[in-house]
Amino acid sequence: MPDTALAAATTASNTSLRSFLHGLPGVDEVGARARAADLSTRSIKTSAKAQAIDLAIRMVDLTTLEGADTPGKVRALAGKAVHPDPADPSAPRVAAVCVYSDLVAVAVEALAGSGVGVASVATAFPSGRAPLEAKLVDTRRAVADGASEIDMVIDRGAFLAGDYLKVHEEIVAVKEACGSAHLKVILETGELATYDNVRRASWLAMRAGADFIKTSTGKVSPAATLPVTLVMLEAVRDFRAETGRQIGVKPAGGIRTTKDAIKNLVLVNEVAGEDWLDPEWFRLGASSLLNDLLMQRTKLTTGVYPGPDYYTLD
Amino acid sequence: MAKSRKNEGNESVAKDDGAARGEGVVAVTARPKVPAAPKRPSADLARRAAAHVPAGRLAVRKTYKLYVNGAFPRSESGRSYPVTSADGTHLANAALASRKDARDAVQAARKAFGGWSQRTAYNRGQILYRVAEVLEGRRAQFVQEVVDADGVDRSLAESLVSAAIDRWVYYAGWTDKIAQVAGGSNPVSGPYYNHSAPEPTGVVAVVAPQSGPLLGLVSVVAPVIAGGNTAVVVASERAPLAAVSLAEVLATSDLPGGVVNILTGRTAELAPPLAAHADVNALDLTGANDMAAGLEEAAAATLKRVVRPEPAPDWFADPGLSRVTPFLETKTVWHPIGI
Amino acid sequence: MADKIFEYAPAPESRAVVSIRPEYGLFIDGEFTEPTDARITTVNPADEEELATVSVADEADVDRAITAARRAFETVWGPMAPAERGKYLFRISRIIQERARELAVLESLDNGKPIKETRDVDIPLVAAHFFYYAGWADKLAHAGLGPSPRPLGVAAQVIPWNFPLLMLAWKIAPALAAGNTVVLKPAETTPLTALLFAEICQEAELPPGVVNILTGAGGTGRALVAHPGSDKVAFTGSTEVGREIARAVAGTDKRVTLELGGKGANIVYDDAAIDQAVEGIVTGIFFNQGHVCCAGSRLLVQESVAEEVLERLKARVSRLRLGDPLDKNTDIGAINSAAQLARVRELAQVGEEEGNERWSPACELPDRGFWFAPTVFTGVTQANRVAREEIFGPVLSVLTFRTPEEAVEKANNTPYGLSAGVWTEKGSRMLWTANRLRAGVVWSNTFNKFDPASPFGGYKESGYGREGGRHGLEAYLNG
Repeated sequence: MPDTALAAATTASNTSLRSFLHGLPGVDEVGARARAADLSTRSIKTSAKAQAIDLAIRMVDLTTLEGADTPGKVRALAGKAVHPDPADPSAPRVAAVCVYSDLVAVAVEALAGSGVGVASVATAFPSGRAPLEAKLVDTRRAVADGASEIDMVIDRGAFLAGDYLKVHEEIVAVKEACGSAHLKVILETGELATYDNVRRASWLAMRAGADFIKTSTGKVSPAATLPVTLVMLEAVRDFRAETGRQIGVKPAGGIRTTKDAIKNLVLVNEVAGEDWLDPEWFRLGASSLLNDLLMQRTKLTTGVYPGPDYYTLD
Repeated sequence: MAKSRKNEGNESVAKDDGAARGEGVVAVTARPKVPAAPKRPSADLARRAAAHVPAGRLAVRKTYKLYVNGAFPRSESGRSYPVTSADGTHLANAALASRKDARDAVQAARKAFGGWSQRTAYNRGQILYRVAEVLEGRRAQFVQEVVDADGVDRSLAESLVSAAIDRWVYYAGWTDKIAQVAGGSNPVSGPYYNHSAPEPTGVVAVVAPQSGPLLGLVSVVAPVIAGGNTAVVVASERAPLAAVSLAEVLATSDLPGGVVNILTGRTAELAPPLAAHADVNALDLTGANDMAAGLEEAAAATLKRVVRPEPAPDWFADPGLSRVTPFLETKTVWHPIGI
Repeated sequence: MADKIFEYAPAPESRAVVSIRPEYGLFIDGEFTEPTDARITTVNPADEEELATVSVADEADVDRAITAARRAFETVWGPMAPAERGKYLFRISRIIQERARELAVLESLDNGKPIKETRDVDIPLVAAHFFYYAGWADKLAHAGLGPSPRPLGVAAQVIPWNFPLLMLAWKIAPALAAGNTVVLKPAETTPLTALLFAEICQEAELPPGVVNILTGAGGTGRALVAHPGSDKVAFTGSTEVGREIARAVAGTDKRVTLELGGKGANIVYDDAAIDQAVEGIVTGIFFNQGHVCCAGSRLLVQESVAEEVLERLKARVSRLRLGDPLDKNTDIGAINSAAQLARVRELAQVGEEEGNERWSPACELPDRGFWFAPTVFTGVTQANRVAREEIFGPVLSVLTFRTPEEAVEKANNTPYGLSAGVWTEKGSRMLWTANRLRAGVVWSNTFNKFDPASPFGGYKESGYGREGGRHGLEAYLNG
């Protein structure tokens, strides 16, 4: 990471990090909510809707993060990722499959040659409460097994306690452990409580080397709300304007319907801009969303409301 | 247009006869209309009705239950008690609520308080108005219940029900005005912004008047929730049936479950645990009669706000804010003014 | 597929929900008259389609309407139990809610404002306004105006074209709640929702004569204001006409309230929440095409953040979607009339000639109809006409300041005093600034917010009297 912001930050003290983060412009909660609500009234119909649905499918990180996950479950998910709609081969494949680190090898094998990436959560997901060594081992193992993307969680306790340097250094260390794998940094915005904190955590993660900033683990409510995604999209927009480096955004958790997905795309389009309207720069972390997207896709092409029995469960 | 009709007092009671409306007026609009119903039901329909509906058809009676957390449970105690009309005729069995039912009702009211008090005053007003709309649609039922319960003649019962409906409208109009009337900015000395605003106190236990099964009840419940509180109501012990029917109106008027909870049973059994309950913030003792002093004493343990019974309340009179402000707290905010 | 990945397809709201009659009479004493010989054609400003012809009320019509209102006041509305009056207003509010989409579409057709605004702002506020004042009808003794305040009688009311039905609600709801009857004249370019409102009064079975709607142009308005039979004149519109009205009623017993022009300052301090401030600047001037008397048409931005704010502002304005008012994704609709478009163009031209830097986003304007691209003037000084005169269009003038004192001085340096905005994350500075602003409404960290419970009205040449809230009753009551 040659850019100057990062270089400056890696040598920073907690004090200088704090003064930078607390010097960022504030976020007015009511205003941010109003803007997100206003954008969510956009009416995306007909041809625009068809485009949006296919784009959203291509952006999905199809996710299973349960204690009960098995190789069988992961293989089924991989199959779905490559051919989301068995009845309609024109349905695009998703961006990636997202699993726990011990199941990366299974996913990699199942997805070999498909073009679908394998993302692994790591760093003591979802709480992040583990020694750094353990987090790094977790990360290296996932990368060694072939994960192309690592979804790490930040230490929210350290963040809320004001120990920004600890959060920063962990991200830097995990980024290093990632090697060539892309690093998505999960802020767990539901635990950060304020939009000011979301903006600060976004900048902290970006300066520490994140390739993506991601809202949530999906295990804490609220997860990816529209105003949170709005604030994070503003952050990546501003970060690029300042450093020239483009960072991706991934809302995850709570995005269940096509309507939710399209609202997210409208936010991307009107806040960050269309440069981000690509799976390389925007992902939707979800599981049940995919079937709803497929159903709406069928509805658009056939004009008939489909039933859930006609789509595969994973 | 039939001008004289407009002067008649209780306009909203008069049902449209359709003909009067259009008379002498340029057509209301070219709005699309659905096809009109056939002029007369066919003779065939009447014949089939006669064949299938027996002359002395047995009515389906209603089970009168409690209203707690938006649902209609029976008493957890499994008990009921007979309710009779003014002349002693058996009307129905009402649920005989227990102390545990009272506890559940307080729990429901507390759970509902956050959401209800955070709603906009306008939204609360809309919901209270909706209660009036739904109540108006069932006025015949309530008139009958008032006649049965109090033995009053039908025309007085009509007036009592009309006044009860209008009381909801009255409080619907208060929700977004209380703060302007009861709050305001305070001209303190010094560079400070200082502003006072009323806020609901929390969960209010209401001992409804023993007489006035509908108007009396509405007159004590509506002001409590208009101010943003939630309520646990002990219905009139003697005449609880209209209270249960009112619960059905509340349940179908977009009022969130738990905002009003209605218990039927022995006032002497239900009021004391509510008066002593540490999660109840205020107490309206209107229907407590000679129990009032003891209940007030019990309420003192947690310094509940208490409204004492009036000797002879006139439920037709304009209540103003007299039953609203006792259940409000005033919050004052200071903030410096400077560069 | 690199470019235009996600182009919003047209999403027009259906017109089928409204039915416009080809011609309209006047609404007097509960009935529509036969259309008069003199007519005005009202057009859709988005495409100049003729929507309908409406009658032009002359002095005799005004006289009949005032007489009907007087009779209704004396025989029906005045004597009626206040709670019953309130119930009529509740009814009207509910019918407006029921027919909300119809009213929204009709308003967008006649006015040119985006359906997004009529649907989400104008019409919900109209219903809310009637609902709010309905509740006051039987609570007037609590309004702080004495123990038993009395209505004035007949109110003559004249409203503008920028929020046609909302301004009607602001006038009629408090007047009726207080026990007055009204004769109202909607603007000549936007009469249709007022006429539909007359039908709603019929549907609510409002007694005849309580509400009378007279369409027409300036002549009708003058006749209405001058008629000796009214007890009250309420006007919303230009300061120029407001002055004329104040002169006309001088020496009479009539009460007057005037809600006139403005040149609102939107002050952005360097510690503002910048993204929300930019949003507020956009809302402040481009909401309703800038056809807003309380628009934040002067942006006063602290020099230390001026460049950054402007850069973000331009990026944001570039994303505004201008076009078909009935498209649900339209942010900026049409200018209401050819005359208004000419005035906006003229002042923008002046702005350029005075040497200010003019900027508009790349923006395709439709061929037919009255359109003006969002425009920002930078480098503006207090001396420039674009910083002093009300443009009443989507034109923002940007000035800078260095200190809070300077911001307040510049903000107050205008004959107007309707609205102002203050953007800062520091509460004490907000209150300091608000205290010193000579404006009737100060929005902090928000802009162009309206609520029936909140009083609205101006200082200085922005008029006198307040509309909305408890204060709004004062205009229609004798204590």
